Amino acid sequence: MPSVERLRALYADMVTARYYEERLQEEYLEGKQPAFDISAGPIPGELHLAAGQEAAAVGVCHHLRDDDVVTAPHRPHHVAIAKGIDLKRMTAEIFGRDTGLCSGKGGHMHLFDPDVNFACSGIIAEGCPPAVGAGLAAKKRNTDSVAVAYLGEGAIDQGGFFESLNFAAVHDLPVVFVVEDNDWAISMPQERVTDVESADTRADGFEMDGIRVDHDDAVAVYEAAAEAVGRARDGNGPTILSVQVHRRMGHFMGDPQSYRSDEDQEAALDRDSIERMEAHLRDHGLDDDDLGAVRAEAHQRVDDAIAWAKDQPKPDPDDAYEHVFTNPPSGVTDTEPDFDLAETGGEGE
Amino acid sequence: MIDRELTMSRAIVEAIGSEMRENEEVFYMGEDVADYGGIFDSTQGLLEEFGYDRIMDVPISETAYLGAAVGAAQQGMRPIAELMFVDFFGVAMDQIYNQMAKNTYMSGGSVSVPMVMTTAVGGTYSDAAQHSQTLYGTFAHLPGMKVVVPSTAYDAKGLMHNAIRDDDPVVYMYHKRLMGLGWLPAPAGPKTPVPEEDYTIPFGKADVKREGSDVTVVTLGLHVHRALDAAESLADDGVDVEVIDLRTLVPLDRKTVVESVEKTGRLVVVDEDYRSFGLSGEIVSAVADEALDSLEAVERVAMPDVPIPYARELEHEVQPDASDIETAVRNVR
Repeated sequence: MPSVERLRALYADMVTARYYEERLQEEYLEGKQPAFDISAGPIPGELHLAAGQEAAAVGVCHHLRDDDVVTAPHRPHHVAIAKGIDLKRMTAEIFGRDTGLCSGKGGHMHLFDPDVNFACSGIIAEGCPPAVGAGLAAKKRNTDSVAVAYLGEGAIDQGGFFESLNFAAVHDLPVVFVVEDNDWAISMPQERVTDVESADTRADGFEMDGIRVDHDDAVAVYEAAAEAVGRARDGNGPTILSVQVHRRMGHFMGDPQSYRSDEDQEAALDRDSIERMEAHLRDHGLDDDDLGAVRAEAHQRVDDAIAWAKDQPKPDPDDAYEHVFTNPPSGVTDTEPDFDLAETGGEGE
Repeated sequence: MIDRELTMSRAIVEAIGSEMRENEEVFYMGEDVADYGGIFDSTQGLLEEFGYDRIMDVPISETAYLGAAVGAAQQGMRPIAELMFVDFFGVAMDQIYNQMAKNTYMSGGSVSVPMVMTTAVGGTYSDAAQHSQTLYGTFAHLPGMKVVVPSTAYDAKGLMHNAIRDDDPVVYMYHKRLMGLGWLPAPAGPKTPVPEEDYTIPFGKADVKREGSDVTVVTLGLHVHRALDAAESLADDGVDVEVIDLRTLVPLDRKTVVESVEKTGRLVVVDEDYRSFGLSGEIVSAVADEALDSLEAVERVAMPDVPIPYARELEHEVQPDASDIETAVRNVR
């Protein structure tokens, strides 16, 4: 069982992530109603919220250091927060501001914070190979840093995942594959796309260890992750860690979820990992005032980040042409060369 | 006189439904195409009529199901397989361009691959670099695939009938902004009258969406509508713009383009795909090959060679719009 200080830290990140998603939801819907228009409002583009998945984020990431690498999928905020991403600059990025983590170029599915080695991608399972590469780099450099690839249970049928498992296993790389099993891949329930009941059994074919955490108990995840991250850090190779979580919302904001039964949605709402975490904390002697203080601090942090982000400047349109290359080759940065046959009569510069 | 108008997605679904009724060998598979009806409404309502056996949800395994479509097609079935966003092509490109596109050729013509790969293209709603591309050129560049890009509901239906009946692999690219989605409003143009009966539109026949005598604008997809908007605005200033909608890239109707430039003498190519090594260069080259003497001026309006940025200000900067087209037309005048 983790220390009280650790439990409190896990809880703080969980309520930060949950409140962050609630506030983002409010901001996102502004200007998009009554008729939902994805291209309107202060937050542009798609938004995938992770409410209900916090336990998988904090339970693993609280074993990690800044030099450990995390790759997350298109639903990244809870993992980013647990990994210690710069919350203000992440928020500015989601609002498409110049001082965002990615200068407004990436947005919510493509957040990069090299200070804490966090990255995410909008393509399913495609964070797995880069995590393997980070593990390879650690092994080659003889450091004890580890890499964690997050993916959803819908992604465990993707080729990139299988190839990554094999590569990590055959080279004994320090990688943990964390499968957040929220039961739904957009509209597709797991039983209609795979005959495997749980993602951890995918490990069997690769001589790799697999661990399943059957419920979204952050402490249970923390203890399972101690084993998986410890194995990686000690040079004993990769693990699949599968965690049951619950998708409390649609796949993306605006998803009507007509494919999903009311009972299933209600069941997801009933099983709240945050309430479960509060029970742990009470078992350790914390009372409502203590919990309230943690929540208040978390909410303040989120409100500050959102207020700061909304106050940030929008990008200069001319900056759209920057950052295609780190070392721009001469001659290719002019993307709009002018030529006009009528004017090519021989007048040189 | 046709008294009903359809959105582009309804027109596409109508063609698919009709072909499925006519031919037991036609089936549709993809991610979220059954219960959801397609993220971009590409299969809305088909599950109810045809059931899960013929409207198949598949695992998120593009290599497997696109490759499976190739295999089923080689057995003589007529699969339609949906790649949800064209940006996802990378995870399955081997099956697409080494198998689907090449097997007919490599078999010396003894094998055919009568499948359709449908896929959503296009930006304009801040979905950033992995969900906003318009990769017309990528698929048109690699030989062996026919490439279809409708801009109206009428064209979409006729081209889909043709695509399903075609004995070759067809990549059918629909622009999200044209589908008539509730959450992504379309311009007025793509919703058109559509006949209830089946009809085909042959591949390789561009459509002159607006006749004009001063400048030829060649484009496709969403930018047909932006070019028409620009043409209306320019008409107020006495500039008469001809707008050519290519409708298919492979085969490419060079003849209609060349004849138009021979009439106008001035060419503007508009493409939402990247500028370099793509469609816009191909069109300019085709005209230079066959009508260089007629060509007085040329401009390209295309996505600059940068990944699509997220922030609205940045995407707006790189995404060609009607005013960019208008400026280009004025520049060649």
